[in-house]
Amino acid sequence: MAGPSIDALGQFRLSTGLGPLGAAVNFTNSNEAMLASAIIIVVLFAVGLSARAIVPGRVQALVELLYEFVRNMCVDTIGEEGLRFFPLVFTLFSFILLGNLLGLFPYFFAFTSHIAVTLSLALFVFVFSTGVGFYTHGFRFLKFFVPEGVPAWLLPLLVPIEIISYLSRPVSLSVRLFANMTAGHVMWEVFAGFMLLLTASFGILGAFASVIPLGLNIALVALELLVAGLQAYVFAILTCLYLHDAVHMH
Amino acid sequence: MNESRDQDSFEQRLAAARDNAGLGKPKTDKAQNSASAAQKAINLAMRLGVELVAAMVIAVVIGWGLDQLFHTKPWLMILMVPVGMAAGLRNLMRATGSKTG
Repeated sequence: MAGPSIDALGQFRLSTGLGPLGAAVNFTNSNEAMLASAIIIVVLFAVGLSARAIVPGRVQALVELLYEFVRNMCVDTIGEEGLRFFPLVFTLFSFILLGNLLGLFPYFFAFTSHIAVTLSLALFVFVFSTGVGFYTHGFRFLKFFVPEGVPAWLLPLLVPIEIISYLSRPVSLSVRLFANMTAGHVMWEVFAGFMLLLTASFGILGAFASVIPLGLNIALVALELLVAGLQAYVFAILTCLYLHDAVHMH
Repeated sequence: MNESRDQDSFEQRLAAARDNAGLGKPKTDKAQNSASAAQKAINLAMRLGVELVAAMVIAVVIGWGLDQLFHTKPWLMILMVPVGMAAGLRNLMRATGSKTG
């Protein structure tokens, strides 16, 4: 078939970044986006906190808003001792948020749309929260898998259920972020490809008709902005929840 | 002491100024509450579907792995399917925050 076709998944293909040096060490465009988001966060905070005004300017207000938002999330979910984990939660939240938001721009790579990235983040959270559980409670943490107030003969059935429920955490954590980001980007690509197809098949009439997918794409931008923020928030709050379980064991 | 008094009078003046400007508190609070309630509902809805499936996937993978180990294909996998379903429901109960969870 001649003419344009829809290649919805081509946008997730990895290529090497940073020229010949990047090619030599397999530094991909995904790594470029990660580096960019990390640098943006650090620079944003350096700039925002350099003034230390009592009445904050725009950048400082943004930085303080972010800080207080994550801090409240930590304290509300984990409790006062949750502040120990604030740096981790804040790093995860801002990294994922920036990654999601940068991915929305043309020519930027959405690294959160790769399950390899989200799964490593989720596995890290999973291993870390399990480690915190064993660190605070020792081997009594294993009682987490034994529900209270249950007749003993039901335990052989319930303990495997609890263990599987616990093991499914990194899966649900990573798949949620990955699926949401991928789905959004694929929808964009499909609608945009639709415009090309319409124009190629029906000429001037198709060009007018492609206003419809264009409008849909504009609406999708708003939705994707919401999803980008929401998924970063969900990832952070679930991290808090898992840490809460590890610290309080219920 | 002096400082806190200043603070109090500042709060009063701020409240008065907000009232004059029609930025009274109750209105914004209410709007914010309903918006955050809707956002919480969306958050929950986005979680639930994946929670249910994830437990199932893990259970089946464990069953399949044990089958490979003990050469009992496909019985352990089949055995793990209802366990995975139950674990998925357990995840849902926990995600919706029922007290038994």
